[in-house]
Amino acid sequence: MNFRVIYALVQRYSFLYLRNPVRGFELVFWPAMELLLWGFLSMYIQKETTGDFSNFIRFLIGATIFWDVLFRAQMGVSISFLEDMWTRNLLNIFVAPIRIIEYLAAMFCMGVLRVSIVVIVMSILAWFLYAFNLYEFNWYLLPLFASLMVFGFSLGIISVSLILRWGQAAESLAWAVPFMIQPFSAVFYSVETLPKVMQYVAWCFPSTYIFEGMREFIRTGVMDWHAILYSVLLNIVYLAVAAGIFIWMFAKARKLGLLTKIATQ
Amino acid sequence: MSKAALFIKNLTKSFGDTIAVNQLTLAIKPGEILGLLGANGAGKSTTMQIMLGLIKPTSGSIEVFGMDLEKDRIQILKRMNFSSTYANLPSNLTVDQNLKVFAGLYCIKNSKDKIEEMMDLFEIAHLRKKVTGQLSSGESTRLNLCKAFLNDPSLLLLDEPTASLDPDIADKVRTLINKLRYERNLSILYTSHNMRDIEAICDRIIFLHKGSIIVEGTRNEIKKHFKEQSLEEVFIHIARDGNLVDRMEKEES
Repeated sequence: MNFRVIYALVQRYSFLYLRNPVRGFELVFWPAMELLLWGFLSMYIQKETTGDFSNFIRFLIGATIFWDVLFRAQMGVSISFLEDMWTRNLLNIFVAPIRIIEYLAAMFCMGVLRVSIVVIVMSILAWFLYAFNLYEFNWYLLPLFASLMVFGFSLGIISVSLILRWGQAAESLAWAVPFMIQPFSAVFYSVETLPKVMQYVAWCFPSTYIFEGMREFIRTGVMDWHAILYSVLLNIVYLAVAAGIFIWMFAKARKLGLLTKIATQ
Repeated sequence: MSKAALFIKNLTKSFGDTIAVNQLTLAIKPGEILGLLGANGAGKSTTMQIMLGLIKPTSGSIEVFGMDLEKDRIQILKRMNFSSTYANLPSNLTVDQNLKVFAGLYCIKNSKDKIEEMMDLFEIAHLRKKVTGQLSSGESTRLNLCKAFLNDPSLLLLDEPTASLDPDIADKVRTLINKLRYERNLSILYTSHNMRDIEAICDRIIFLHKGSIIVEGTRNEIKKHFKEQSLEEVFIHIARDGNLVDRMEKEES
């Protein structure tokens, strides 16, 4: 693995954001809107009903931020690839001496950068608007976020693989893939809320353990390390499967001559 | 292992029932410019894309600098480059930013100096802060070539590098490519629909038709073979009747 190549790719994506302030604005606009919407909705529910909803509000705000970690990590991977596609740069990338692992590593780095920016902005907003202190999680944030990010990367790689195989027709999947797993991941509610059959599906996703773990920590102040362990193990499986799908689709695209079509369409 | 910069043996690529490249064998010597000609659909682009590793061949082998393209792709691509009118650099970055990125991707030593040298050579230094999408066709072509020469390649694949250029700029580009070829003993595979380009720059020419080599030789040998005055007339004949060679051979015998 050549770090200079990875740096050059990250530099290429960073130039895009630095050159175009609208892209930077877009990066924080949607997460901020989500936070405002869910935060004020939960405050409204508390106001209009009786009982103690303090945990409920914290669950929702925490879930909104945690979900964005997964979603932005996935987008970091798929949007970086789409940027190359939209600017018809893929051909130059494919014929440069870049290994697949270097290309994926650069997309991961972009995911990390995107997530870092989004988390900083959302944590500040959450503190000022709802007195929600994300950093109450302390160092536990690291394994929780790392697990969500790795799962987001896996979903990103799968999205890119589908675009490699089916081109522009599959472009919308870049946005759709995370939302396919959202209802099962029990982002805004407990897994127990789901019907029994759906619960079995839910426990197959590493994200489910993290969201359950987050709620448990907010409720009791104790981190469920078993939840983190299960999510790490599942992440290894998902990452391996995603890498396998990518290599398979890349080979298929080479065999069918699709790379040039995608690169020049 | 051959001494050719590029050696292709029995290369075949089929997409289902369609054979795009059929048992193609060719070699490019160090310092040679080989023109690859053919009508649309003749198999030029597929051949070039296979050489770049974008398409996996159905059968046959490709050796570049004596290395197998499938096994040593990264090592080969480090010493090779590509420029096409149809693959521009990202339009939303400046000239300078694009060259910085590609210098990084090709791990160029002293990249700053190299970029300056190339920008001076292709006379685009004054455009360094300009957004690539705002460049004219001529400027964009020179930028693409600038990127293609950044890594001092030993083998260069040029896909219609002078398409959409006015005659003056096209001539300048041809002259520069020729000059660099002699200075650097550079091997070039050149495709173009501009016969003037081909006549002016190529040492040897291969005409493809339906994925196979229909004729091969210097421009004079080819013109003589087909009893035509210009390559353009040869091209038109081959494009309209791919079996011309067979018929001529029958007539001769």
